Amino acid sequence: MKSSVLLEVRDVAREFDVSKPWLNRVIEGQPKSILKAVDGVSFTINRGETLSLVGESGCGKSTIARVVCGLYPPTRGAVIFDGVDIAKASVNEQQQLRKRFQMIFQDPYASLNPRWRVGKIIAEPLVSHGIMTDKAEIKKRVDQLLTQVGLSPQDQEKFPHEFSGGQRQRISIARALSSNPEFLVCDEPTSALDVSVQAQILNLMKDLQREFGLTYLFISHNLAVVSHISTRVGVMYLGRLVEMADTKTIFNRPLHPYTQMLLSAIPDLRMTGKQRTPVAGEVPNPLNPPSGCTFHPRCPYANDRCKLEAPKMMVANDGSMVSCHAVEEKRIPIKLVA
Amino acid sequence: MNTPLLEVRNLRVQFPTRRGLLTAVDDVSLTIAPGEVLGVVGESGAGKSLTGAAIIGLLEPPGRIESGEILLNGRRIDNLSPEEFRKIRGREIGAIFQDPLTSLNPLYTIGRQITETILTHLNVTPDEAKQRAIDLLNEVGIPAADKRIDHYPHQFSGGMRQRVVISLALAAQPKLIIADEPTTALDVSIQAQIITLLKKLCREHGTSVMLVTHDMGVIAETADRVAVMYAGRIAEIGPVAEVIHHPQHPYTVGLMGAIPNLGEEVERLTQIDGSMPRLNAIPAGCAFNPRCTRKGEIGARCTTERPSLMNAGKTQAACWLYSEGVATNTTNTPQSVAA
Repeated sequence: MKSSVLLEVRDVAREFDVSKPWLNRVIEGQPKSILKAVDGVSFTINRGETLSLVGESGCGKSTIARVVCGLYPPTRGAVIFDGVDIAKASVNEQQQLRKRFQMIFQDPYASLNPRWRVGKIIAEPLVSHGIMTDKAEIKKRVDQLLTQVGLSPQDQEKFPHEFSGGQRQRISIARALSSNPEFLVCDEPTSALDVSVQAQILNLMKDLQREFGLTYLFISHNLAVVSHISTRVGVMYLGRLVEMADTKTIFNRPLHPYTQMLLSAIPDLRMTGKQRTPVAGEVPNPLNPPSGCTFHPRCPYANDRCKLEAPKMMVANDGSMVSCHAVEEKRIPIKLVA
Repeated sequence: MNTPLLEVRNLRVQFPTRRGLLTAVDDVSLTIAPGEVLGVVGESGAGKSLTGAAIIGLLEPPGRIESGEILLNGRRIDNLSPEEFRKIRGREIGAIFQDPLTSLNPLYTIGRQITETILTHLNVTPDEAKQRAIDLLNEVGIPAADKRIDHYPHQFSGGMRQRVVISLALAAQPKLIIADEPTTALDVSIQAQIITLLKKLCREHGTSVMLVTHDMGVIAETADRVAVMYAGRIAEIGPVAEVIHHPQHPYTVGLMGAIPNLGEEVERLTQIDGSMPRLNAIPAGCAFNPRCTRKGEIGARCTTERPSLMNAGKTQAACWLYSEGVATNTTNTPQSVAA
């Protein structure tokens, strides 16, 4: 019997060395500088659900996506896919696992090889994983994939520049689906697109999920898009997960002060005239994050404990998680949004 | 009815290219009243930024104003020489662009850039100009403005830089500001700060703003009226609450339904099939007709004759659904999407 958890991210951290060159460091007497892009993030994704990670630029959401896909090895922690620790698996096992997850990137202009025809782009995972070798068989599969994403089979003879942004993103999706994956990591798949095209892509992603039982890890900075597509949402700030809950809970009853701030910062399309709680300040430099809870300089509820002690993740009965001293001590009035 | 501060009449912007003449802005007319914020919204390539660039005289060649008039306070400004226009730009029309890093000179301190603008346009001494620059930086919420004035653009964060750009746009007290995607490069929490600031300053100074953006949410928060552009033309224009809650043009209806909204559960978003036509292949008649779900109601007119703006509900829409002959059809106008 398969467990319901498809992917587990366990205490993952990823650091980048952003020091100056060795000679400069010696001359200027400076230590190495390490950027903690992701610092101790844990979560699980169940089969068939869409988990979204949101946050502002530099919060580490794209780094997580890349660690999950194996594009960056984690500095600490483990990514466990269907019970197998990816880092510890043998080369053979890793190859088997790779077929089962794929990635869709943000910029459909940069993620397709401009000198390859669309048919070859889509067939690449089939060929490199050795799933199909027969040319006629591959062509049939590409035809089928193009139809599934709403393009025409004739399009495989064309080059990427002949397509618009939305169509290119459809090609990216077709390529990602070619090896029949169970799990797709989507890093801002619609943020380069116009709203009407974004709606087409979001609808397509939902349809494909229903049809093939796909599981998505969806990375976005757009809360409205996230509220539309997700089953559960995780909010990140400066490399840490601050809150995670199912979509309804997080949008109707956000607990963490940062989540509350993010939600009140979105321009209100319905023009209900609700008062914003403007939050002062900006995201601090991740090279030199604040002590204790990294949100405390901007947090209206911060006290001395928040400045000293980093809050632990608290898990409630329903599986929702929040990491905040003020929530733990019940210092925050619960805000009902919408 | 006030006389408008800015009036654009039948503006047409064209680009001669090797493949022929492209009309990027096609017969656009709009007015902005003193103190009013007009939002201009549309998808990429709709001509919204070019309309702004034409008003402020910054069309990049080979782009040119083919026909039409632009009047600022009743005076034609579209036919001014570059030298004459330079006196207006900054003094009477300020500009805020999307990327604050490219609109500031990286080699000069921000103080020098602001005082330069003030000295060029206003009759003040250098000391007064510097004091005014510090006041402006204080006003836009830059802490320790008297020290920060000697810093270079790279020493500021994105949100702070955009504040500097706003202070630069306000430096010579213009009556109109063209803000082209002023918050697009910023994170949501910073975007909220900048919108609040822009609204407050324009109210205090009585400045009119033409706010060009693709983000309907920003428009809803900021603008008094909104013009929705499609393929170089205005599809619908009207008070912002009307356009958002009771859109009339089929394109606006689709656009509003395509925007996912917080706290609303919809299984599928409204989808406008296809994409905006390329400038060299704009269909005859209404530019939206190949994607329109309601063109069957009108007959051949949509594909042959271009609609001009007609009264539709409380807004104006360029759609044959609202012409006199088919006025009875409007009983089944699209319902409010965002309400």
